[in-house]
Amino acid sequence: MAGKLYRLSAADASRALRAGEFSLEELLSSYLARHEEVEPATRAFITHDAGRARERVRRLSAGWGEKAEKVLAGIPAAIKDNLCTREVATTCGSRMLTGFLPPYDATVVERLQAAGMVLLGKTNLDEFAMGSSTETSAYGATANPWRRGRVPGGSSGGSAAAVAAGQAAYALGSDTGGSVRQPAAFCGLVGLKPTYGRVSRYGLVAYASSLDQVGTITRTVEDSALVLGAIAGHDPLDSTSVAAPVPDYRAALGRRLDGLRLGVPREYLAVALEEGVRRRVEEAISDLERLGAQVGECSLPHSEYALSAYYIIASAEASSNLARYDGIRHGPRAWEEELGAMYRETRRLAFGSEVKRRIMLGTYVLSAGYYDAYYLRAQKVRTLVKRDFSLALERFDALVCPTSPTVAFGLGDRLDDPLTMYAVDVLTIPVNLAGLPAMSVPCGLWEGLPVGLQLIGRPLGEETLITVGHALEQCRPLDPERRGPLYRSGGELGAI
Amino acid sequence: MRYEAVIGLEIHVELATASKLFCACRVEFGAPPNANTCPVCLGLPGSLPVLNAKAVEHAVKAALALNCRVAAVSKFDRKNYFYPDLPKGYQISQYDLPVASRGLVEVVVGEVTRRVGIRRVHLEDDAGKLVHEGPAQATVAEAVSSLVDYNRAGVPLIEIVSEADLRSPEEARVFLEEVKTLLQYTAVSECKMEEGSLRVDCNISLRPCGQTTYGTPVELKNLGSFRSAQRALAYEIERQAQLLDEAGRVVRETRHWDEARGVSIALREKEEAQDYRYFPDPDLLPMVFDPGWVERMRAALPELPRQRWRRLVESYGLSPYDAGVITASQALADFYEDTVRAGAGAKAAANWVMGELLRYLNAQGTPAGEFPTTPDHLAELLALVEAGRISGTMAKSVFEEMCRTRQAPSQLVQSKGLEQLGDRTELAPVIEQVLAENPGVAADYRAGKEKALGFLVGQVMRKTQGRAHPRLVNQWLAERLRER
Amino acid sequence: MSITSEQTEHVAKLARLALAPEEIALYTRQLAQILAHMHVLSQVDVNGVEPTLHVIPDLANVTRPDASRPGLGAELAVANAPEQADGYFRVPRMGKEG
Repeated sequence: MAGKLYRLSAADASRALRAGEFSLEELLSSYLARHEEVEPATRAFITHDAGRARERVRRLSAGWGEKAEKVLAGIPAAIKDNLCTREVATTCGSRMLTGFLPPYDATVVERLQAAGMVLLGKTNLDEFAMGSSTETSAYGATANPWRRGRVPGGSSGGSAAAVAAGQAAYALGSDTGGSVRQPAAFCGLVGLKPTYGRVSRYGLVAYASSLDQVGTITRTVEDSALVLGAIAGHDPLDSTSVAAPVPDYRAALGRRLDGLRLGVPREYLAVALEEGVRRRVEEAISDLERLGAQVGECSLPHSEYALSAYYIIASAEASSNLARYDGIRHGPRAWEEELGAMYRETRRLAFGSEVKRRIMLGTYVLSAGYYDAYYLRAQKVRTLVKRDFSLALERFDALVCPTSPTVAFGLGDRLDDPLTMYAVDVLTIPVNLAGLPAMSVPCGLWEGLPVGLQLIGRPLGEETLITVGHALEQCRPLDPERRGPLYRSGGELGAI
Repeated sequence: MRYEAVIGLEIHVELATASKLFCACRVEFGAPPNANTCPVCLGLPGSLPVLNAKAVEHAVKAALALNCRVAAVSKFDRKNYFYPDLPKGYQISQYDLPVASRGLVEVVVGEVTRRVGIRRVHLEDDAGKLVHEGPAQATVAEAVSSLVDYNRAGVPLIEIVSEADLRSPEEARVFLEEVKTLLQYTAVSECKMEEGSLRVDCNISLRPCGQTTYGTPVELKNLGSFRSAQRALAYEIERQAQLLDEAGRVVRETRHWDEARGVSIALREKEEAQDYRYFPDPDLLPMVFDPGWVERMRAALPELPRQRWRRLVESYGLSPYDAGVITASQALADFYEDTVRAGAGAKAAANWVMGELLRYLNAQGTPAGEFPTTPDHLAELLALVEAGRISGTMAKSVFEEMCRTRQAPSQLVQSKGLEQLGDRTELAPVIEQVLAENPGVAADYRAGKEKALGFLVGQVMRKTQGRAHPRLVNQWLAERLRER
Repeated sequence: MSITSEQTEHVAKLARLALAPEEIALYTRQLAQILAHMHVLSQVDVNGVEPTLHVIPDLANVTRPDASRPGLGAELAVANAPEQADGYFRVPRMGKEG
């Protein structure tokens, strides 16, 4: 088998590898060649290390006998650049971490390494994951491979673009307010944000600790089950990780939907949705009903407050999490004579404007006299948002709604108005406030751009999402005519 | 005008654990800079804290020893501020739900028994250490640059905050000693001020005697010992009284105690008031203290100094003062009781422990809790004295030797031939010799000068290097002189 | 919700961010806008509602045993530092921060 191996899903590539249809080297070479071809268009990576990947494949090949049992062994992957990788630059898309070489691997990276991952490199993101378009990165924007001039979504836009364009078989992202699901939706991929605590955050550079969760970006639901299975589980290094045993997520693939109850939150269809998004989502819901699911309406009455509560909580936590960037232990430093000036100048020069805006907002809402009115109130509203979900999920096994109100928007379209940009995440944010698992699955194209359907589950209900997502994927393949980025040459791909 | 001082203390105590509060790095004094650091205590991006169970246990024990109420639920908060010794840009501390609150410690100063409230006991992680580079006498602000060592960053601390219930520098010192003793008894801390494992800040204000409202408080920092806390407070009382008399007011500020010069110096005012922006730390889960568990911890507490003091007075018949001296240190009290248990008389053992043993410890500067000899050896020594085998004077030199060589006293007495001479056949020739050498003195005695006998006894003692039993010598000399 | 440029400057000081005059103006405007939007929260009746401190229900007392293990060591600890000396991190003089 020759040529376009990069088009295979991780699971298909794994099966073929094990069947001896091609070698690890051939698979890697396919990805490396594809990277050369399309990276100038996508600009998905901040760090790409072909040499290290080849060395890794050499070592994996040598011990293939035992490694072959691991499904993800030998599969080339990309990691969002806010996950620490030992001795591999980790920038968070910020000048603040220029030159930073973590002395340790994030737990998820360590687990994937143990599962035989071939790490290709680190993908672009909004600076410190603060954004919804991958435009705030200090390393420049990433393009949506589906269409020239469109954003890939964010903040895990580099991971999504890389997987969509065939530069990696799968990727890890992080999701604080939709940062895995929304780019997956914009790039026609499956994005899974697990339950808060299901996957260790150790080594994930914190943006908003109570909302951050590592997630998977894959081409198929099966791949998301594989990757989640490899990274999930209790980690003694993360106090907020849950001890519940990890099920075999692959067993949830191919289950029938008969008897499953799916709720459609009324409020989520009431927001200003793009016509195409509404249409494809409604079609997908009908398909699910046809497949045996019982669909009903439900209500999440506090939804309209979620966005404000989210930005207060996220910014407050961020203002504290980002205080450690002070020019002392790592990163660049402004060479000032006095400490105070060194702090202020280092942080002025090395943080981008969105990061500074959120630090300012977060500092303000925590400062004396404002804490109760903003932070404390937001945390109470969060309780109400969470309660809405609990009530709805008593009646339904999962909720279905759009992932994003729009398909991929234009580069630069929303960059100047923070509020318009923040509103992009209105359908994904409440899920993070409640700590629930959610998945974005492609449910069709609108004017040539992918639309994502969001499935929201009960705490630790990832299997239900996998079952429903997989059923939908089988009945509504996104790109049956093979016109998407995987089937285009570098020159035909979307670029900036 | 006459003023009353109102004093409250904040005591930071390093807990006796093997590892740090939120990571597994070693807690070790004097390690090379940054040797005991990891991503967590360096605050590296992506690292997360995990709470040390032992530190929680220690905090609860300390709180119980201080008669505090342990909270049902306690949580960690972030205290946000920038300083180079603070690697994360925030300290993990506790704001509104400390481990424990509302405690009470009684201190006795002279005739006064003062009940001092404990406002709260909370857990927090320590900061690193700064070393200032530049001219030797440079102040922090004048140093050309500073070096940061994060070995201490993340070391578990409890902060004990007292109510403003203390009224004099002496009361403050006695309170500190009482707290230190409690912490040592419960083994939650080694309380080594010289290694910074116990640090004190004082808040002090004055008010005219009889007034019930409080004056403007001043915070005193850099108090290197309990003695310097007492001195600094005394200085501050003088300073504030003078200010009140002359200007009628005191400025609210933080002052640095200069022990060498014996003065306090105002620290430079911060540009803006501190606003720590406390909020619950999302990386850490709450501590929920089960009442049953708390009761088991309480039951497992060792006998506390006050209880032990009472027992020593009641069952050993010690004076309140002696019992106080002995129970001031748990190790000393253990040593004492072990000595008695090994057969020594309660009174004699107390005299020796408070006398010779403490003198030796002070002279040698032996670290607290370490002893140059064992209770068994001391009891053996006292038994030798009791049996008249050595004299009291001799016993003191045997004790010195015992401490120096760590040998058993009976062995020393034997090998050095120090045993008291009480055998008449051995002493008779010496007595004869002394009488022969001092015929005039002997004649004086016989002529009725009784004092002459003392001189002759002294001569016998001298010839036997003090080993002769003085009472027997006395008796036998008198008999011998009467014979003629 | 109004916010003054003095407040913006105060917040910038707390956050140790140097801001140019035009940035102070920009952030004052944007913060005011964002805070005005967030004002919707004041419409919510939160009487008797507990704040969410953690989304994971009933998880508490997560601890580790008190066992030490070697850290990174000084060399690796200071490897990423912009300025180091003999295993220490070096910082400029404290000045007003001291």
